[in-house]
Amino acid sequence: MAAFITVLFDGVAYGSLLFVISVGMSVTMGLMRFINLAHGAFAMFGGYTACVLAQRWGLSMFAALPVVLVGFAVVGAVLERVVYRWVSKTRPLDQVLLTIGIAFIATGLATYIWGPYQRALPLPAVLTGQLHVLGVDLGIYRMFLIGMVVAITVSLHILIERTRFGAQLRAAVDQPDAGAGLGIPVDRVFTGSFALGSGLAALGGVLGVDVLGLDPNFTFHYMVYFLLVVVVGGQGSIVGSAAAAVALGVFDVVGKYYVPSIGAFLIYALMVVLLLVFPHGLFRRGR
Amino acid sequence: MSHRVLVSALLRVAFATVALALAGAACGKKADESRPAPAPGSGSGSAAAPATPEKTTIKIGMVASFSGPFADVGKQLHGGIKAYLKQYGDTVAGKKVEILVRDTTGPAAEVAKRLAQELVVQDKVDFLVGFGLTPEALAAAPVATESKTPMVIMNAATSIITTKSPYIVRFSLTLPQVSAPLGDWAAKNGIKKIATMVADYGPGHDAEAAFTKAFTAGGGEVIDAIRTPLANPDFSSFIQRVKDKKPDALFVFVPAGQQSIASMKAFDERGLAKAGIKLIATGDMLDDHGLATIGDAALGVITTHHYSVAHDSPENKAFLQAYRDANGAEAGTPNFMSVGAYDGMAAIYDVVKKLDGKIDPDKAMELFKHMAFTSPRGPISIDPETRDIVQTVYLRKVEKVNGELRSVEIQQFPNLKDPGK
Amino acid sequence: MTAPAGLPPGLPNDRWHRWDTALWLAPIVAYVAFPDHLVLGSQIAITALFALSLDVILGYAGIVSLGHAASFGLGAYTAGLLAAHGWGEPLTGLVAAGAVAGLVGYATSFLVVRGQPLAQLMITLGVGLLLVEVANKANKWTGGVDGLSDIVMWRLLGVFRFDLAGRTGYIYSLVVTLAAFLVVRRVVSSPFGLSLRAIREGAARMPALGAPVGRRLVAAFTFAAALAGVAGGLLTQTTQFVGLEVLSFPRSAAVLIMLVLGGAGRLYGAFVGAGLFMLMQDFLARRDPVYWQLWIGGLLVAVVLIGRGGVLGIAETVRARRAARGPR
Repeated sequence: MAAFITVLFDGVAYGSLLFVISVGMSVTMGLMRFINLAHGAFAMFGGYTACVLAQRWGLSMFAALPVVLVGFAVVGAVLERVVYRWVSKTRPLDQVLLTIGIAFIATGLATYIWGPYQRALPLPAVLTGQLHVLGVDLGIYRMFLIGMVVAITVSLHILIERTRFGAQLRAAVDQPDAGAGLGIPVDRVFTGSFALGSGLAALGGVLGVDVLGLDPNFTFHYMVYFLLVVVVGGQGSIVGSAAAAVALGVFDVVGKYYVPSIGAFLIYALMVVLLLVFPHGLFRRGR
Repeated sequence: MSHRVLVSALLRVAFATVALALAGAACGKKADESRPAPAPGSGSGSAAAPATPEKTTIKIGMVASFSGPFADVGKQLHGGIKAYLKQYGDTVAGKKVEILVRDTTGPAAEVAKRLAQELVVQDKVDFLVGFGLTPEALAAAPVATESKTPMVIMNAATSIITTKSPYIVRFSLTLPQVSAPLGDWAAKNGIKKIATMVADYGPGHDAEAAFTKAFTAGGGEVIDAIRTPLANPDFSSFIQRVKDKKPDALFVFVPAGQQSIASMKAFDERGLAKAGIKLIATGDMLDDHGLATIGDAALGVITTHHYSVAHDSPENKAFLQAYRDANGAEAGTPNFMSVGAYDGMAAIYDVVKKLDGKIDPDKAMELFKHMAFTSPRGPISIDPETRDIVQTVYLRKVEKVNGELRSVEIQQFPNLKDPGK
Repeated sequence: MTAPAGLPPGLPNDRWHRWDTALWLAPIVAYVAFPDHLVLGSQIAITALFALSLDVILGYAGIVSLGHAASFGLGAYTAGLLAAHGWGEPLTGLVAAGAVAGLVGYATSFLVVRGQPLAQLMITLGVGLLLVEVANKANKWTGGVDGLSDIVMWRLLGVFRFDLAGRTGYIYSLVVTLAAFLVVRRVVSSPFGLSLRAIREGAARMPALGAPVGRRLVAAFTFAAALAGVAGGLLTQTTQFVGLEVLSFPRSAAVLIMLVLGGAGRLYGAFVGAGLFMLMQDFLARRDPVYWQLWIGGLLVAVVLIGRGGVLGIAETVRARRAARGPR
């Protein structure tokens, strides 16, 4: 029984990690209907930035988190204004091409600056090790990840459902013309939410380096996972993404623990099944 | 549009193409002998003279992965080649040595084969080298055979590679070669029950088979054999499973890079060492370059491999110095891949010298087959029957040497052939 | 995904124009002018055929697939297994490759033809990834990551050996691709093809016209899968090797990029995209083995920023603008 609880906990933690790196994409793709396949690039650069901050200035991961969140929000805002804006939001194929191009550039750039080898981010000592709780060993870092997920989900939910910005965002996404007619600054709202998505992506990157590793190929390597979480969760629903991520994480980990030989299958098989049953994702926002 | 018009159009096109093909086959033979027009993009900078008179350069075509998920492999191999060129110069037997570098852009074997074909047909290289991944080597093998070009494997480690062409010689290692002694050692050193965890592809299966055979022959019992998926970000579930099965030790093979770092982290994080489970692995898990990234979690781990940066010999010191001079301090520590490339170059230079610059492929292969010299890793030679590497495999333990993590050699298994054949 | 702009009025047809002759003379000229690059040429032809098959479902039927490499890989492995087990005849191997891929495509089409575009995307991706894992597990048959390398092809038509310089491979790939192109063009100009386009524009309206949406999409998907299988079989036969990555996600993604780059929904888009991308990749990877990705990325971004619909879309916009400016 203890083994099962440990494994379940690990699954939830892994799912939390998936969510943390994908939540930014939930915001941009889910809320803004913009397919940003370069999302992983933001996560990757967030991770590299934290590594550089730790190496050059000895900044701990805790300190790096807000720096990266704000810094990349700014980068995202700039990128949206300068590049993404020019791509029509009604042509998903063009979005795919553009963002893949950006992903290639990001990979090349990271190789140029930091080389192709793996990088590690030192974890703050307080987050290492395991905690023995009720006969079960729980990793402290994983508990931290779960905590972060809860915090992010709740904050985003409040932001989107309970604030004015959130209401403006929802209106702008659903009916941009009507929204503009009501005086909502649609352009600024989009820039703002893209910034939010990018900042969250970078944040997720920092948190994920320890488990997922970091090298210039990060963007392409983990692209599948981001897409998985966002699409299965349902467009426009942050809670849906969290639920999808946890479900996928649990199945993946539990499967690998009990039957390692089919471990790799489960996450993909589950995704296919879930999408067949819920073609709009687990949760849908409105519509 | 009527069917008749369509069919006649198709027939016309077909006839035209077949006619052109037949003409082309005839012309093509002529094109082989005459000098073809310089093609765009072959900016290798070679001013290669036509086939007949004396060539003034020895051309070496390097095929490896420089971008994509295995970009580090190409970089390490190239680093080793550059180190050799820095140390011994780029002239041998009065001829200049030119390295033509080609990127397979990732694990696409057909690209590796095409690059090998182009190097042989267009650039007329004397040697094909590199091949960091097994599929690259397997796909390119027929090219070496048909064009009679010696192919020097500098990294790929699956047993069957050297059987694919009589023109292949390998200077790296094979997984059975380094796994079997570990199984033998484990059975003799108090490990009764073991769990194995290998990556689910060729080298992993080779390692698992060789280790298990030696271990069970020594009286040990394998209680769990796990094969991890190819793209596996997180090892926690596998490691947890091992922890709960409570073996005496865990044997691991994963490719160097993200997988080795992740599996080591999982092992450390779950406290398996504290739970009394020893970690033994092939050296890929703790390659010299990745040790710094893994950190102190690696201390005390026993591995078997053919090369350690801590190997105490004048050849190794010279190699490390040359590597640093050629690649700069920011390239970091070389690892076994660079040594494979370095030794491959040493062998080529030796062959070129002995043939006085006139590369006859069959004579070259004879020389390769009887090659023996002292490498930075220790003494190596080639087995004339299999054209595969024969070398000393070391049992090492990770310790801190002058503040840096190193795999310190504590035992030797000299003159091992590849048991996988 | 609106219809390509700037086309002359009238129903689409598959008449052979002078342009077509000019364009198809280019590979023949290339054969003579670049005899050392024939292997690259045959791989471009094969990839163009693969992209063309994707165009049938993406450009014409509007199904977004990130798992098309599954059909490609099935065809590749079929041809490979046949040859590795003693039947090295190329043409029958190719037919078998197409047939197997088509059959599996038919069987799995139900997964894809309904549902939202995003769900479609992920389902196709998921099926592709599943197939890679299955193929890896079945490594006694597929050789796993190391692949099947004991493939010996018999002479093509009993006469032409698959040579080292790639001459036979080049002509073989070119002829097959041309044949497939003609077939595809016939199909998309037919009423069936038009109905596919109509489904792409507004599937909800189709039943009102009496057109069975589901059946049409299944037919299109099967056709595309068979074509992709032929392309995969060609690759195996011309390179005498097949490895796991023929089924992989990067291959599906690459063909999608090439098609969109060239311009989806316009038959030649597949050729322009495959040719441009692969030539650039080869050229750049030689100059700069490590950083070629920067330049390719730049190319993709530039194409999107300049205009919609890929390279051909931009060309059409330019042509339409010129036409709109009126006769001079």
